Amino acid sequence: MCLAVPARIIELKGDEAIADCIGNRIETKTTLVPDVKVGDIVLIHAGFAITVLDEDEAKKTWQLLADLDNFSKTDKRVSG
Amino acid sequence: MLERINRAYAQIARAQKTLGRRINIMEVCGTHTATIFRAGLRTALPEELKLLSGPGCPVCITDQGYIDAVLSFADRDDIIIATYGDMIRVPGRKGSLEQKTNRGNIKIILSAEDVLKLAKQNPDKKILFIAVGFETTAPATAIMANEALQQGIKNISIFSNHKLVVPAMEALLSGKNHRIDAFLCPGHVSVIIGSDAYRPIVERFKKPCVVAGFEPMQIIEAISEICQQLANERPLVASVYHAAVTPEGNRTAQKIINETFDIADGYWRGLGKINKSTLKLKEKFSSLDAEKQLGIEFIPEQDLTGCCCGEVLCGLMDPPDCGLFATNCTPDTPVGPCMVSSEGACAAWFKYTRKKGRVDGGKR
Repeated sequence: MCLAVPARIIELKGDEAIADCIGNRIETKTTLVPDVKVGDIVLIHAGFAITVLDEDEAKKTWQLLADLDNFSKTDKRVSG
Repeated sequence: MLERINRAYAQIARAQKTLGRRINIMEVCGTHTATIFRAGLRTALPEELKLLSGPGCPVCITDQGYIDAVLSFADRDDIIIATYGDMIRVPGRKGSLEQKTNRGNIKIILSAEDVLKLAKQNPDKKILFIAVGFETTAPATAIMANEALQQGIKNISIFSNHKLVVPAMEALLSGKNHRIDAFLCPGHVSVIIGSDAYRPIVERFKKPCVVAGFEPMQIIEAISEICQQLANERPLVASVYHAAVTPEGNRTAQKIINETFDIADGYWRGLGKINKSTLKLKEKFSSLDAEKQLGIEFIPEQDLTGCCCGEVLCGLMDPPDCGLFATNCTPDTPVGPCMVSSEGACAAWFKYTRKKGRVDGGKR
């Protein structure tokens, strides 16, 4: 339940934002990170941005997600 | 990377020498549990180190009585139950929410904000929100409750069972039989509460508390830090999740939690009643409080017969030692919540240690 994904804020109106996580658009609320700006990367948990992240940290997670995505497309998968 | 792993091994050896026995580190985060298994850390780490999966999964620590209380409302046509997906398969005495989904009144939500949408879309029904989770999800519930109050939305009932992590850690250390030498502290909970929140544990119980993120290397770094502290007999609060965790945490989130909830005594599966460990809505939010509006009653209950989730959550037993593990209790037919949630210790043991016919996880 405590999973969270990093995403870049691309639209911001009040505390409602659209964020991009490797091409996926995520609606998020920025109430908990009031100083956030368009272009910032935030960590999104259950629909809410909980902190601002630096680019390097976000890239590590995005790379991991991309690896998982590529892996799921290969035939090397083991079920279970 | 190899250098960092070697350093961790050296620190583990030092700590083992200081303690004169095996080191027990408890992780208090379901996502850590899942990462540790996925990355094969249990088998990769030396024998001298044992990782215990503590009460870090919100689904797993939810008392049986809460689930049964929710289920008692599942057959009502005037109610829509809104829940995070994790809770839907947890069995109660009379089935699970999943078994009631054919009635169409159980909705899985991804954000507490969805509760507001459901309420607006269904003005003639009451939305019963299953508000579970630690300090990570509590601010979302708080923001939603404040918005509902401001917008005059009346058809939301919040059944709050949000839990606080630190009181549970203290309760574990206060138990007589615990075998915990240190805590690997949760990443995202710590984003909210800040690493300083663990100071009382270090000061009172003299146990290292180290926050880690969710990459395997971060967990190894944290273990290395813990073992260094144990070897030096200098327990401290530390964090290796610098990118997201600060000592003071997210003050905005803490403020909204404090403004919305009172801290009350609460029941945890396996740990029983823990003082000042649960968040209940303040008086101001009475019109949204399920316990006041619907009379939903939470009577703490004994766990289902034979289920050892409680012992597992306290680090007193490994899942394969439970008589139900992998026989009556599997991810397809879970008896206890630790087998339901993908972040539960039993589900992780089942998934990652049985694939090749092994049941021992390499190490017990």
